[in-house]
Amino acid sequence: MADPKDIVVEFMQSKAKSKSKFYFNDLAALFPEMKMREAKKIINKLVTDGVLVYWSSGSTTMYGLPGAGKQAGAEGED
Amino acid sequence: MAKHATPLLDQLESGPWPSFVADIKEEADRRRKNEKNVTYQIPSDVCDDLLGVLELSYTDGTTHWKHGGIVGVFGYGGGVIGRYCDQPQMFPGVAHFHTMRVNQPAGKYYKTDYLRQLCDIWDMRGSGLTNMHGATGDIVLLGTTTPQLEEIFFELTHNMNTDLGGSGSNLRTPAACLGESRCEWACYDTQEMSYQLTMEYQDELHRPAFPYKFKFKFDGCPNCCVASIARSDMAFIGTWKDNIGIDQEAVAAYIGGELKPNGGAHADKDWGAFDIQKEVIDLCPTECMWIEDGKLKINDRECTRCMHCINVMPRALRIGNDRGLSILVGAKAPILDGAQMGSLLVPFIKAEEPYDEIKEVIESIWDWWMEEGKNRERLGELIKRQGLAKCIEVVGLKPVPQHVLEPRHNPYIFWKEEDVTGGWQRDIAEFRKHHQR
Repeated sequence: MADPKDIVVEFMQSKAKSKSKFYFNDLAALFPEMKMREAKKIINKLVTDGVLVYWSSGSTTMYGLPGAGKQAGAEGED
Repeated sequence: MAKHATPLLDQLESGPWPSFVADIKEEADRRRKNEKNVTYQIPSDVCDDLLGVLELSYTDGTTHWKHGGIVGVFGYGGGVIGRYCDQPQMFPGVAHFHTMRVNQPAGKYYKTDYLRQLCDIWDMRGSGLTNMHGATGDIVLLGTTTPQLEEIFFELTHNMNTDLGGSGSNLRTPAACLGESRCEWACYDTQEMSYQLTMEYQDELHRPAFPYKFKFKFDGCPNCCVASIARSDMAFIGTWKDNIGIDQEAVAAYIGGELKPNGGAHADKDWGAFDIQKEVIDLCPTECMWIEDGKLKINDRECTRCMHCINVMPRALRIGNDRGLSILVGAKAPILDGAQMGSLLVPFIKAEEPYDEIKEVIESIWDWWMEEGKNRERLGELIKRQGLAKCIEVVGLKPVPQHVLEPRHNPYIFWKEEDVTGGWQRDIAEFRKHHQR
């Protein structure tokens, strides 16, 4: 299997024009052979490694590439 | 001297009730004076500016908060909710005003030195304003800046032996009633189970991967003091299988007026003599109680554990001895499709460590919801969409009468091939012997 990091980053970059944040389901779908709770381990590892960042509204969590979208720059968090 | 004039907020102090405005003003004043010489790590006028931005919102009729963000502590996807003011030049003290959720102790037992320690951290590194407790049960710390998040997290985890709670698409901080520590009606050790499942499911609590929020709540009996049946995706409610214990002498003492009903509550008014017929027997929802030869009788097979008789006459009636819990699923607040109460999934299961059977139920529900749930779809909505029968199937249970809420209004039963003897195949020649074409 290709490096999960490459799969996820390539997917996110391919959608970068229209989206900066993704639901967990969008990313888990990139690993169809895996159970959701296994996919979760891979995706969360990418967060720990700094490849992805969480975005949370407080009720819902999404994933994005660091610095993607307007919010990070606007709030001085990047 | 207040930093901002707040005539509209001031009106909220004029009523007879306690006011959050008065509380925030008090804290603003305390921070201005700083008699304890706290080395404030966020702007000392945070509370002044909070009042200012709130006044502005009342004037404008619109919010000046931007909700949500990428802030958090390393490795955690929950526990911090980013909040920013959209008028940071006017109110620099609340330019960042993030919320932190902290896992409350099971049953919400605190020692005063613990609370002092918590307040000291929050005075120094946050606004000093708290919400004890949020709707899910957490300690909610209101208002800090991004650089303080890791500092607070370090102190909470290293010095106070606690942790952040859940937020976002996570398992939310589990909540338990005080259970066996104080209550004779607890059918299982709610605090222990809440603690054990919190420890077991740390990953689900801190690293979001669910379609939406998911809440556990643990109630020791059907009185449901933490409202698990109404407010948790998965409610664990204590119950018993055998009979309610009856002390007939104590029943007579209640009838005779020697014992006060409801443990002496409602003593503020003379409600007249206790009438067991009117106040207990006639109120039994399943009409399973009666008096015979001066003795209270209960047909326990019909009892639905409403707890009313036990609540009224606690000295006379006791919960049964064969104890465990029921699991209900799918309760939620009304954001989509209206509020829902939990539906019974497991009528009775023993609540014994290491809770393996219960964990099996939990994990099979999660597997199903994670596979089938749409983004931002609560478990209760998925159950409504795919049917309780599907939920029962994924957990590997057999449908039982307790799963039936009412006589069915859908006349169709869809059989599966494995449920039918011989499957879908049949011997057509044999069939034609008995049935003409």
